[in-house]
Amino acid sequence: MRLAALAAALFAFWLLLSGIFTPFLVLSGLAAAVGVAALAWRMEVVDREGHPIHLMPGALAYWPWLVKEIVKSGWQVARIVLDPRLPISPTLVRFSPSQSTVVGLVTHANSITLTPGTLTIEAEREAFLVHALTRGGAAGLAGSEMDRRVTRLEGGP
Amino acid sequence: MFAAAAAGLLATLALLLARAVLGPTVFDRLLAANATGTVAVLLLAVFGFLTGRPDFLDLALVYAMLNVVGTIAVLKFFRYGSLAE
Amino acid sequence: MSAALGFASWALLVAGAGACLVGALGTLRMPDFYTRAHAASLVDTLGAGFVLLGLALQAGWGLVAAKLALVGLLIFFTSPAAAHALARAALGRGLQPLLFGEDAPSKR
Repeated sequence: MRLAALAAALFAFWLLLSGIFTPFLVLSGLAAAVGVAALAWRMEVVDREGHPIHLMPGALAYWPWLVKEIVKSGWQVARIVLDPRLPISPTLVRFSPSQSTVVGLVTHANSITLTPGTLTIEAEREAFLVHALTRGGAAGLAGSEMDRRVTRLEGGP
Repeated sequence: MFAAAAAGLLATLALLLARAVLGPTVFDRLLAANATGTVAVLLLAVFGFLTGRPDFLDLALVYAMLNVVGTIAVLKFFRYGSLAE
Repeated sequence: MSAALGFASWALLVAGAGACLVGALGTLRMPDFYTRAHAASLVDTLGAGFVLLGLALQAGWGLVAAKLALVGLLIFFTSPAAAHALARAALGRGLQPLLFGEDAPSKR
């Protein structure tokens, strides 16, 4: 199942890059995709961590919310940059995330970094070290809505 | 309008280049270089539309992939003093 | 292409280029490396997102739009990793962030 999804994704990538749909090219693309998937299977990298398709439904619900957050905080950062007084109050904050899986932790850390105004410096299981552009941004990090949503995404507690 | 977007991106490149030249630390330069890579990808995509040649998108794709590898490689070099690890 | 779609794509392109400009301006104005990283992330997220979305509206459904989406996905997945690696290496090298409440930046 996971292997078939990987082969399908690789095949779609091939079609996207080639853009020519003659039978020979499509078939060789299929062969290459299956071959690479077989290699990945032999290397034992196709597991819950390497190819987390079981998270896809949750991710599709999470991404629109993330995009909304990015636009919102991006707007704030843009206003700070354009403000002549440059009203920044850089803050370091350490807090412990509530995710239990590695994929969940990475998603959370990447989401924090992706949102302008916050930047994950250290991401460990026990604690994230986050640099925030303003105090307000730092205050809302521990136990944030993002934290809850990512935990729900990974199917945690 | 593609020309306007391309002009904006070119101005962005100039500003980022200024930061890369000013430094002061190597990380500032790397940050500017990384952002330059992203802007170069966007510029390639916009340029493809500007000239009506969507083939440029493939170049943009390759740049997007190389950009990350480049940054990580330079970081690794500064961290360990060599690329073999 | 309908006029509304053309206008939306135009607005997105200008907004994206503007976000890139603001981000680059931010990297020049901010006082230290970590705050500059925040400004640079503006280029990677808002700038890239808006410009690519505007281009995709121009292209319409098809191979070109799919490629644009792939470029966008690539940037969105990799730029936080690069930013994180950069910040971590900077802190690991002992580059102290300028924090709120401390005095004017000492020259590094």
